[in-house]
Amino acid sequence: MAQKNPKDLILDIKDLVIHYETDDGTVEAVNGIDIQLEYGKTLGLVGETGSGKTTTALSVLRLVPDPPGVIKNGSIFLDGKDIMNLPQKELEAVRGHLASMIFQDPMTSLNPVFTVGDQISEVIALHENCSKKEADEKAGDMLEVVGIPRERFAEYPHQFSGGMKQRVVIAMALACNPKLLLADEPTTALDVTIQAQVLETMKGLREKFGSAMIMITHDLGIIAEVCDEVSVVYAGQIVEHGTLVDVFNHTRHPYTEGLFGSLPNIEIKRNRLSPIPGLMPDPTDLPKGCCFAPRCKYATPDCEKARPAKKWLSDTHYVRCSRYDEPNFKIEREDQ
Amino acid sequence: MSRYVIKRLVMLIPVLIGVTFLVYFIISLSPGDTAAMLAGEDADAATIEALRHELGLDQPVIIQYARYMLNLLQGDMGNSYKTGRPVTNMIVSCFPNTAKLAFWSILVAVGIALPIGIISATKQYSMFDNVGMVVALIGVATPNFWLGLMMIILFSLNLGWLPSGGSKGWSSYIMPAITLGTGDAALITRMTRSSMLEVIRADYIRTARAKGVPEGKVVYQHALRNALIPVVTAIGLQFGSLLGGATLTETVFAWPGIGRSTVDSIKTKDTTQVLGNIVVLTITFSCVNLLVDILYAFIDPRIKAQYKK
Repeated sequence: MAQKNPKDLILDIKDLVIHYETDDGTVEAVNGIDIQLEYGKTLGLVGETGSGKTTTALSVLRLVPDPPGVIKNGSIFLDGKDIMNLPQKELEAVRGHLASMIFQDPMTSLNPVFTVGDQISEVIALHENCSKKEADEKAGDMLEVVGIPRERFAEYPHQFSGGMKQRVVIAMALACNPKLLLADEPTTALDVTIQAQVLETMKGLREKFGSAMIMITHDLGIIAEVCDEVSVVYAGQIVEHGTLVDVFNHTRHPYTEGLFGSLPNIEIKRNRLSPIPGLMPDPTDLPKGCCFAPRCKYATPDCEKARPAKKWLSDTHYVRCSRYDEPNFKIEREDQ
Repeated sequence: MSRYVIKRLVMLIPVLIGVTFLVYFIISLSPGDTAAMLAGEDADAATIEALRHELGLDQPVIIQYARYMLNLLQGDMGNSYKTGRPVTNMIVSCFPNTAKLAFWSILVAVGIALPIGIISATKQYSMFDNVGMVVALIGVATPNFWLGLMMIILFSLNLGWLPSGGSKGWSSYIMPAITLGTGDAALITRMTRSSMLEVIRADYIRTARAKGVPEGKVVYQHALRNALIPVVTAIGLQFGSLLGGATLTETVFAWPGIGRSTVDSIKTKDTTQVLGNIVVLTITFSCVNLLVDILYAFIDPRIKAQYKK
């Protein structure tokens, strides 16, 4: 397996475990996630709703709502800073500056009672030693960068469309040139045409500012377009990780195969898509063995006995599937 | 915005007509002969009849009401049946007392309610929150007159620190203001807490935190302003009803306010005085409501945009 040099890592998460402890039971949202991301690179986190992607991203800024969220285990190093043990004041200095986040729903992620300009200039004034006037000036620049005329600085979020709001959120997130951008399904709530625009804007800006990025999505198309590496998340665990080529062209995990199988393909015209049977396991009551086993067509009784460990297939590619202990095991999806 | 205010002020006219009409008829329906009551027990039938004619009480109620409204339009509220002096005299002497008491009471209420409500919401289910909410529940459930009487027993009768009634000097304000203020505080606290709880979980609050905004600023700038609309509504309603005269509390503390004057006038069937008080009450209540609505526009730009239409 390939150990990346810690000096090259903007983000180093090890064995992260996060539970939501409610009266109705403990939701095991994240169960031992590892992420190692190098400066300037983009990692895609792909998985179903409720698989723990957002919780993982929130934990990087220590924004997991507590209560009920509890980080049970693991370490998070962001640009060498030990996020888990950072005092509140220093944490506030990291948020929006070293790493910032773009949220899923642009409709609700802007404060309705402040102008969009003020909301952008606030983050600049917080992190850069400058006057209110300079911050306003720079906020105006950021608006133009994301393609919104500077004249709309003093308007309120309700005067903007969804796509424009998301661009405001992106301007806000990039205003202080963060080294890491956490994008939590930034295009899910948008129309397809607007999606492409927003994605294009993000790509361009990321290249301009050289930020690393974690792109959370359940859209494999977006992953293919913007990411260098991919982690496939299922029930709070990374079940397959590798470079874009590893995961897309040399798919190994049955779940990843299922994800590809449920995509429409223009070349192989089929009447029906083949969805993955069944549902995600109840996160308050996860199976003892492999969490995907109940839905997996390759599962054997052994799969339900213990959680599969990481199996490295190359320097960049690992999979969590115990069937690969057998020398001749192959999934149906062909290498492309 | 000014068009909106003018529109609202014009709408005050039908409200006033409706309220006075209702009150006039309810009073006329209540049992008892006004003329006989005013003439005194010893008066003979002729005197009573003469008085009835003089006051116009021998006319149909609808004519009486029309005549009253015509006078009112000219700013004449008539003379009190009981004292014979202009109704406005009584209002001018009583209303400032009620207004001053209302001001101090609402100050007490807001001063207690906002901080407790905000802290309870930010520290939900903490010891502070639990104790605060139990106290607020007791506050809502406690009748004002009972609290007033208990305070009189303790601070006036036993300790002798504060005057038990009247409106002379600042010390006489303390007990009535606290009596009225704490009741309202309980309600506003609960309103503030629930409104803050809703807002504090909003996505834009998470966005603010993700930007690195310090927690204090998140609560007092980003969250509070969004949570204020229902709180301001509650404060406005409470203040409006305080301005209408807190009848029970004014009675307990022998406070020479408009609430007590209204109740006294109802008892003596002093129709003109009751109507005069009600007209003042209606106007002040409507104006407070209007002020609250204008305040909305300054709190929430979305509402301001609606007013412009």
